[in-house]
Amino acid sequence: MALILTEDQLILRDMARTFFDEKSPVERMRSLRDEKDATGFHRALWKEMGELGWIGIPFPEAVGGADMGYGELGAVLGECGRVLAPEPFVSTVLLGGNAILLGAPEPLQKELLPEVCSGERLLALAFQERGRFAPTEVETTATREGDGFSLRGEKTFVLDGHVADQLVIVARTSGGREDRDGLSLFVVDAQAAGVEIQRTEMVDGRNAATVRLDGVTVGADRVLGDVDGGFALLDRVFDRATIGLCAEMVGTFEETFERTLQYLKDREQFGVKIGTFQALRHRAAHMWTELEFARSVVRDAQSALDDDRDDASACASAAKARCSDVAHLIGGEAIQMHGGIGMTDEEEIGLFFKRLKAAEFTLGDGIYHRDRFAGLRGY
Amino acid sequence: MSESLDAFRQEARAWIQESLPEELKSGPRRGAPKEALDRWFQALTGKGWLTPDWPTEYGGGGLDRKQTQVVKQELKKARAPVPPASAFGTRMLGPTLLEFGTEEQKLEFLPQISRHEVQWCQGYSEPGAGSDLASLQTRAVREGDEYVITGQKIWTTGADKADWIFCLVRTDPDAAKHDGISFVLFPMHQPGVKVSPLTLIDGNADFSQVFFDGARAKVAHLIGPENGGWTVAKRLLQHERTTDGGSEGGITGAMKETFVDLVKREVGLRDGVLADATLRQRTAAQEMEANALRLTMRRAGEEARAGQSTRDIGSLGKYRWANMVKAEQDLAMQALGAQGLGWEGPGFEAVELQRTKAWLTTRSDSIWGGTNEVQLNVIAKRVLEIPE
Ligand SMILES: Cc1cc2nc3c(=O)[nH]c(=O)nc-3n(C[C@H](O)[C@H](O)[C@H](O)COP(=O)(O)OP(=O)(O)OC[C@H]3O[C@@H](n4cnc5c(N)ncnc54)[C@H](O)[C@@H]3O)c2cc1C
Ligand SMILES: Cc1cc2nc3c(=O)[nH]c(=O)nc-3n(C[C@H](O)[C@H](O)[C@H](O)COP(=O)(O)OP(=O)(O)OC[C@H]3O[C@@H](n4cnc5c(N)ncnc54)[C@H](O)[C@@H]3O)c2cc1C
Repeated sequence: MALILTEDQLILRDMARTFFDEKSPVERMRSLRDEKDATGFHRALWKEMGELGWIGIPFPEAVGGADMGYGELGAVLGECGRVLAPEPFVSTVLLGGNAILLGAPEPLQKELLPEVCSGERLLALAFQERGRFAPTEVETTATREGDGFSLRGEKTFVLDGHVADQLVIVARTSGGREDRDGLSLFVVDAQAAGVEIQRTEMVDGRNAATVRLDGVTVGADRVLGDVDGGFALLDRVFDRATIGLCAEMVGTFEETFERTLQYLKDREQFGVKIGTFQALRHRAAHMWTELEFARSVVRDAQSALDDDRDDASACASAAKARCSDVAHLIGGEAIQMHGGIGMTDEEEIGLFFKRLKAAEFTLGDGIYHRDRFAGLRGY
Repeated sequence: MSESLDAFRQEARAWIQESLPEELKSGPRRGAPKEALDRWFQALTGKGWLTPDWPTEYGGGGLDRKQTQVVKQELKKARAPVPPASAFGTRMLGPTLLEFGTEEQKLEFLPQISRHEVQWCQGYSEPGAGSDLASLQTRAVREGDEYVITGQKIWTTGADKADWIFCLVRTDPDAAKHDGISFVLFPMHQPGVKVSPLTLIDGNADFSQVFFDGARAKVAHLIGPENGGWTVAKRLLQHERTTDGGSEGGITGAMKETFVDLVKREVGLRDGVLADATLRQRTAAQEMEANALRLTMRRAGEEARAGQSTRDIGSLGKYRWANMVKAEQDLAMQALGAQGLGWEGPGFEAVELQRTKAWLTTRSDSIWGGTNEVQLNVIAKRVLEIPE
């Protein structure tokens, strides 16, 4: 596949840009934050995206999806990233949705995914148990009980966990603390007895939750993938989610960079525009080269998924390692080049900075993904 | 990929396998028998594949863009050598002549270049004019249908072996500095041209200072208008800065193993994982860097052809490529440790000595063809359009 957008993808991107500019300027995200909105995004807007077919992009038609690829999804996600839209693409589509699509038996897919695609059902994937991304470090247990399982443990940073209708829980059915083997995935209703969800406030205004599971019973028909073999499924879900997240990040990079560039052209000090100072020009030029690299590796990763290439995992890690590092670079330079005004809450650039830092750590930072890439490359 | 292109690839591959002498298919590049090299270069240029995309009337292969790409890929895959120092003619002067030369000039020079019969050198830099190239002082004064040239050039790669030079000269000393420059071609073997070699830190003596004292160029060999050479010069620099984003640049040919192979060999694996965690991170980052550059150059080409973008990617390519090849050799050196510090003789394997030299050589990649700082200036001004 080509590294550039097709005609149809360009049209989709332009439609999404108009939509988000109109309905979701950055102030929207700010007021949701300031008003401590209980949902953290707008359900009506999410349903509208469902009607437009955007939520269903990567799902097959049989479950209400549009049966398109990550090139198309990326075109929409990039525009979300530009305006810092807080809608639950990452949690519901990329993480929860993919877990069900790749791991659930057909009846369960048919039960859950159509309402996901329409925007009526929200999902979350609960995998993390501490700050650093380390997907094999799972202490939450699932013990056999009759025909089903009983879950016990605590999950953190569950994206949109506070509003999800169903949670996909990663729990240990066997093995030691860091083993790949012995993980299993379960679909649990958020309302189920023994589930306690507590919303946490994140630095970027995004929504995450801590989920406590105290003897939650779940039937064997609600297992995704193989018992004890959940890591393989999780790994595939993470590849897709990572590539989707990277597309969103690229949108945020573009907007952050453009705003900073404009500031260099507008702001005067010492009687001249600060953009005339070579110390800043060179850094801006370097940033642009990084932004171009990020675009390339993310497009390549999307193609790898859409063409079913066998290097998709390596591409996902290459994309996220780059995007994590670029997030750090562009976010940091944006604040620095805005000077004192960049430190104020009033100026929007700080919102971008915070979102970029959160995205940098979500699903693994540069260190994690270089490590994974090296492993995939045999060293 | 289309079927016909696939078939063309098969053909190209078969032709290379058939034409590339056995001695050049394996083993170290250096010290390959001259006779075999000559035979191969003759086959290559005979087919027009040193310049596959040039029209056949100028000695090229007459191939379209996609076929050209296939030929380049297949040559690279076969690790087939190209004539040393051919780049000045094939990659820089040739494309510039195709754009700015008259029909007579094209017919006179292009076929020689495509057959690699003439070695060229680039007379741009002067002791007082490097990054600030337009301040060059070498003078050319018209006398009948000739120019008489006086002045000095420096860093001229391959001047001691060159037959001809493409040279920037000042034809109007009173004009503003960009407006008095002309672009001329003239032979190096003539009275009034003196070449004095310079040795670089890598021990390489491919470089020279060149002194002109009454050297002569035909007015018929002026490219573009008199005093209008700056536009021609800049376009040639764009060609010079174009890298294909390939890893390790021009030095791959001399070395069989990639930097990843080297790091693995030197550092070793423990439980399948590189024994040094920091070097493992850096090696992964380095591999990703090479990929990102390659993909970016490819994407830029696709965008340009699809009419989706007109931004100039040349400076990005040169800047990131220079950083990348330097970092690869730095990493190789780090993995070699003191074994990378040899200069010659016993105690060091040939491959180690090659790495040491390559590490030194790559220092120049962020200098020639416009330094990294100059590339960043170009990006800030032309791509980002930040007013100066
Ligand atoms: C937390 C905080 C507390 C503060 N407290 C006080 C206080 O108590 N009292 C007070 O008076 N001020 C205070 N300040 C203001 C502070 O001194 C200014 O923010 C600072 O001097 C930078 O000026 P600026 O914000 O106008 O940035 P600008 O001058 O607009 O700079 C914008 C960007 O351009 C760069 N730049 C500017 N000129 C050049 C140049 N010549 N070459 C290269 N780059 C250049 C800057 O480095 C910066 O990256 C505070 C600022 C902050 C953030
Ligand atoms: C291996 C090699 C091969 C070469 N081959 C040829 C050849 O065949 N023909 C030929 O004509 N030339 C050749 N050159 C010369 C090359 O083009 C020049 O070295 C180069 O343009 C830099 O000029 P300079 O050496 O005078 O450095 P200077 O211009 O003196 O630069 C010194 C330092 O100052 C920095 N600097 C200069 N101006 C600026 C600015 N405006 N902003 C920020 N920083 C700046 C530079 O980046 C550099 O770091 C070759 C050079 C090398 C190293």
